[in-house]
Amino acid sequence: MAGILIDKVAKQFGNAVALQEISFTVEDGEFVALLGPSGCGKTTLLRIIAGLEVQSSGKVMIGERDVSSLKPAQRGLAMVFQNYAVFPHMTVFENVAFGLRMKGADQARVEAKVRKAAELLHIEQYLERFPAKLSGGQRQRVAVARALAVEPAVLLMDEPLSNLDALLRLEMRAELRSVLREAGTTTIYVTHDQTEAMGLADRIAVMQGGHIVQIGAPTEVYSRPATRFVGGFVGSPPMNFVNTVAASGQARLGGLTLASPVDGPIVLGFRGEDAKLTDAAGGAPFTVRVAEPMGSHLLLTGRIGDDLARVVAPPAARIAAGETLGLALDPARIVWIDPETGRTHPGA
Amino acid sequence: MLQPRWLPYLLIAPSVAFLAALFLVPLGQTILLSVDGGQGFSLANYARMAGDLNFPTALRNTFALVAVVIPLQVALALVMGLMLQKMTRGRELVLWIWTIPLGVSDLAAGLVWLAILQDSGYLNTLLFQIGVISGPTAYLNSETPVALFFAVVLAEIWRATAIVLIILVAGIQLIPKGFGEAADIFGASPWTKFRRITLPLLKPSLQSALILRTVLAFEVFAVVYALGGRNFPILVGEAYTWQNENQNYGVAAAYAVLVMAISLAATIIYLKALRVDPETQG
Repeated sequence: MAGILIDKVAKQFGNAVALQEISFTVEDGEFVALLGPSGCGKTTLLRIIAGLEVQSSGKVMIGERDVSSLKPAQRGLAMVFQNYAVFPHMTVFENVAFGLRMKGADQARVEAKVRKAAELLHIEQYLERFPAKLSGGQRQRVAVARALAVEPAVLLMDEPLSNLDALLRLEMRAELRSVLREAGTTTIYVTHDQTEAMGLADRIAVMQGGHIVQIGAPTEVYSRPATRFVGGFVGSPPMNFVNTVAASGQARLGGLTLASPVDGPIVLGFRGEDAKLTDAAGGAPFTVRVAEPMGSHLLLTGRIGDDLARVVAPPAARIAAGETLGLALDPARIVWIDPETGRTHPGA
Repeated sequence: MLQPRWLPYLLIAPSVAFLAALFLVPLGQTILLSVDGGQGFSLANYARMAGDLNFPTALRNTFALVAVVIPLQVALALVMGLMLQKMTRGRELVLWIWTIPLGVSDLAAGLVWLAILQDSGYLNTLLFQIGVISGPTAYLNSETPVALFFAVVLAEIWRATAIVLIILVAGIQLIPKGFGEAADIFGASPWTKFRRITLPLLKPSLQSALILRTVLAFEVFAVVYALGGRNFPILVGEAYTWQNENQNYGVAAAYAVLVMAISLAATIIYLKALRVDPETQG
């Protein structure tokens, strides 16, 4: 078991900067998700940790050991690839055994470890089959089993669920979490899917434009995003942003008055489920344009002033398009964002 | 738009007719010619072919050439193809240069190597100038069969490795990069990676390259004819001699049928030996 330290890792491809001086640590046994839109550098960072890509500067430490210039195999890690990279010409058994064989394990050990990994991922009955005969989800399990069979100190996963259909993704997500919990493997998991990151990770590192904008527990990233980008990227529906102007430490939105950290133009950020519906005069005026019954809740899309907002209402609420409602907000559940920098005002 | 069922057949009809007229008919004629003894069916032409003084030599030489040239070409093409794969810049240029010999006709290629290797050729001129030899030295006559053999091997490798290379390069490009990276992660050495990942996944391309190249190698003629003439008898060369010099079309046809039978057998052997189970291809 081992923690990971990323120290000022930067990467350029020619003139293009993929990563700009990234530093963070992953504790032993921790599950960290690298979350961001495509092109944010998350996969590049993972490949640098794996040793498949060489950083332009900075260093990578795994379990107190500087692995920056070591080959992938010498770093004591395993990886699950986005397209699984399960070898088509080997049986499932040989695929899972591959890492063990490369390490020169004897047949008895290979058998035992493969059985154990296969059991963990529920693929015992497919061991003698070739991958072409398996479904996407089963191949995915083979890829994870192959990685876990070598009992790596560190497991790297590159969008492992993105090729699965929605239902299977949900199932595998829950299973991965329990399997990795049990194994206690330090895991770095790359994804662009914020629900995946929220559900799986101990901590989420949100990346944008080659750096980490925020790193923290899922709930913290969700309710106290460091920037407007994080608030808009994490959570479904995304955080609402309302432009307003504060004066004398107060911002007014119709009947709603909130204490603001600074005067002048400011952006109020709040989550759709944190707004309480009141009558039009008693809160921020919200004009409903679309009401979508989602089963578990009613999703209202509308406007506050000129800004688009989505609000979550109880499933049985009787609200029609065109209605104007009032929104009441808990001051403890909102964030204030500087419209110039996009950064959240601390503590407010 | 719904396509009529006969449309595909109509579209392939011209090529089928073309091949039938210019391949199947001559093939049938050749076979008939080879078993025509004047008064009906006879194996006299085959008997005459097998009893000919040059026949065992021609057979042995042809097989020896195939046995030496093909493995060397496949090995070389594999190394070249994998080297290309590692290159990031100038790949296309190198591939282009390597495939130049493909654009040279085999007779011209033979003549190029003749200009290098003949008594007063470029090689001897060079060796003479640096003092290794004291005068013109022969490599290509019947007194130097081993040197002549290797001259032919050299010329064939120069001329025809690129066809193997092109097929293998196409095959190597089809192997997803992720397989190599996964192998790296799990600690495979470059040799293990080659043996356990690249080679098995390259099997379909290897099979195509081997069949094509082996069939062509059994048909080798112009390069040998340019370099050694009848000093180095080969099967197709004998067919040519019987046809043109001896004016015996029957024996020439027997040689042609033999070469075809050997090529066919080689193809079947490759298809069996390198059978690719569709289940094992991703």
